[in-house]
Amino acid sequence: MSDPLVKVRDLKIGATVYPPGEKPKEIEIVHGVDFDLKKGEVLGLIGESGAGKSTIGLATMAYGRGGVEITGGEVWVNGRDILQSGLRDVRRLRGGEVTYVSQSAAASFNPAKKIMEQVTEAAIRHNKFSRREAESRAVDLFTRLGLPNPETIGNRYPHQVSGGQLQRCMTALALCPEPDLVVFDEPTTALDVTTQIDVLAAIKEAIRDTGVAALYITHDLAVVAQVSDHIMVLRMGDMVEYGTTDQIINAPKEDYTRALVSVRSIKHVEKPPTPEPVLSVRNITARYAGTRFDVLHDVTVDLHPGQTLAIVGESGSGKSTLARVITGLLPPREGRIDFAGRSLSPDLAGRSREDLRELQMIYQMADVAMNPRQTVGTIIGRPLEFYFGLKGREKQKRIQELLDAIELGDGFQDRYPAELSGGQKQRVCIARALAAKPKMIICDEVTSALDPLVADGILKLLLNLQKIEDVAYLFITHDLATVRAIADSIAVMYQGRVQRYGGKTEVLSPPFDDYTDLLLSSVPEMKLGWLEEVIAHRKMESAGH
Amino acid sequence: MKNIPVSAMIGLFFTALYFLMAIFAPLLAPYGMAEVVGGVWEPSSEQFLLGTDSIGRDLLSRMIYGGRTTIFIATAATLISFVTGSILGFLAAVSGGWIDQALSRFVDLIMSIPTLIFALVVLSVMPVTVPVLILVMGLLDSTRVYRLARAVAVDITVMDYVEAARLRGEKTAWIIFREILPNALSPLVAEMGLRFIFAVLFVSTLSFLGLGVQPPQADWGGIVKENKEGIVYGIPAALVPAFAIATLAISVNLVADWVLNRTTSLKGGRG
Repeated sequence: MSDPLVKVRDLKIGATVYPPGEKPKEIEIVHGVDFDLKKGEVLGLIGESGAGKSTIGLATMAYGRGGVEITGGEVWVNGRDILQSGLRDVRRLRGGEVTYVSQSAAASFNPAKKIMEQVTEAAIRHNKFSRREAESRAVDLFTRLGLPNPETIGNRYPHQVSGGQLQRCMTALALCPEPDLVVFDEPTTALDVTTQIDVLAAIKEAIRDTGVAALYITHDLAVVAQVSDHIMVLRMGDMVEYGTTDQIINAPKEDYTRALVSVRSIKHVEKPPTPEPVLSVRNITARYAGTRFDVLHDVTVDLHPGQTLAIVGESGSGKSTLARVITGLLPPREGRIDFAGRSLSPDLAGRSREDLRELQMIYQMADVAMNPRQTVGTIIGRPLEFYFGLKGREKQKRIQELLDAIELGDGFQDRYPAELSGGQKQRVCIARALAAKPKMIICDEVTSALDPLVADGILKLLLNLQKIEDVAYLFITHDLATVRAIADSIAVMYQGRVQRYGGKTEVLSPPFDDYTDLLLSSVPEMKLGWLEEVIAHRKMESAGH
Repeated sequence: MKNIPVSAMIGLFFTALYFLMAIFAPLLAPYGMAEVVGGVWEPSSEQFLLGTDSIGRDLLSRMIYGGRTTIFIATAATLISFVTGSILGFLAAVSGGWIDQALSRFVDLIMSIPTLIFALVVLSVMPVTVPVLILVMGLLDSTRVYRLARAVAVDITVMDYVEAARLRGEKTAWIIFREILPNALSPLVAEMGLRFIFAVLFVSTLSFLGLGVQPPQADWGGIVKENKEGIVYGIPAALVPAFAIATLAISVNLVADWVLNRTTSLKGGRG
């Protein structure tokens, strides 16, 4: 047995934090991690945010982002300890022997340079290839990654290709200098499910063809199961479990891993429609001011009291636009909206205070949905004051009731949003919506910015509150697992039209139309060999192609 | 108050000193403001700490009274410019559309004329009294504040929490004062320190040119003007107000920096 390509021993990583008003202090964020990686192998690093997975990935390039510093341990790449190497050695390593694919290709490419120039830059800089060789290699990689027009796509600028294509260009960029190791840092997280699957397949094939080793970092266990040979589960900088993909998925040993594998444990039985919908959207067609095409075409859906209607689709399908139309932020060109038995004015200015109170909204990014200068008490208290004129004692009491309802205890009233975790922030937003005693809440991707276990908690809370308060949800999401967990009826949207609409069981049972089939089949499943199966059975090319 | 950094302490000390001197000028000044008490340009002595000026008035008393006028005019002008500038700027950002266009183009128009020349023209037509001076300076300066306030607020109005307030049905005034203002305060406070100093310089410039504070009333720019001939003979009387302006500028900015640091904290400054 030859030495492994990468050997990490007792890796410790620290960071400096700057709590306001106090002296900066050193904390340890990775507490001694070991792993080996052989040539041609893929190791999946998985964990929630803050687990230290990206930090470990970057450590294999002897790099620490921001105030992060590698404080101890050894990282051997190609037979030398890169933490002890000089700057010159490290420079040869980065971009030459080890390359990096980041989460957002759109933010990582220089918008002012052509793609080809950026893809070949590292290879040429490291004197691995001449310009001509590097370019022909890039074209070869473009072909292998399934990019359209591989001969000419390099002449385009980053904004001229789609997000999925750009992510593949970035993979080509990483593979171009013939590295020994590629670090993939959440390469498909920012993509739509239907695009993700193409990129995933392309990455997997490219890894296999070129024989590089790879570290694949993600929070999505189902995704990593498709590409990696081994998986390491991390939590708060500690290794929880390490094993072959098969073992982690099918026979997890640790409780935490088991929780990750079995997440989305919610069983929700569909409720039958009632005679009187609380919201009925009729033939809505809408476009944004100053544009010449409709973003929504003839959308008709109903939402029944105390039920959940899930609007599903990929980005650009018009889901969020529909929410803007319903809230009155974007008056539609045609169609009408009836709410609680009365007709809603198309624009916000024409709506009564009662209309506004009964229709609340929860946003995707809880951190920007709350004023960072207001305390939790003010944030939740304002709707009470505004709609019900509550003051003083009474208001305090109601705020505490609401905090109890969202399972946050005492002492949260005086906190600022910056002092809350992601899940707590989203809970406060839910409380703010509930404070108005609404008939209906629009939930716009409320769980997509959260870690799976936290998201699960939020969904359970929402379902619980629905039972207690009898509130209806219009749930916008791209995540079909979430939809299965909470919806009573589903509308699948594609390019601004409702493609399929009905009760949950009906929509999720065959026969499918081509798009629904593509969407449903693209959701990664936690089993080995799923990716190959799906690619073999596809009826329709995804939008990313 | 125990976590104040040294720089802020120094700034606070000198700023307080200048402001206290301005407030208690009649009690502190050894002589009257326009009282001729000695010879022309006497050097500093026990009787006249900073010497006397071009017609034999005590320079220290002139400086103290002058500081009072200068600081009062600059403070009032800065307040006017901030109140008008930021409210209009926020209003433009929140309303958008034609209100924004009208206000912004009007401000562009005013800003295209050099401030000093514009002020000179206005002041040569209007009677030069202190209220007029303050108003002209404040309104001219508010164009700068407007631009900053609008730019900051435009970024804030697209945040989801402002949208949430709109969907709740809040009035424009609430959105401006409760949602936007607290979040726009940091850059505005920093700018305020800077603008105050510009106002001090501006009123001094106007007085130096003869269109600001009118004699026998003293102000720092005016003192420079009265004593500028002395420089040729090596008499430092004209440098004293220059030194005062410089130290005031530095200390006010040290304080502004500290306030900025405190207000940037999103945890209510308690960490």
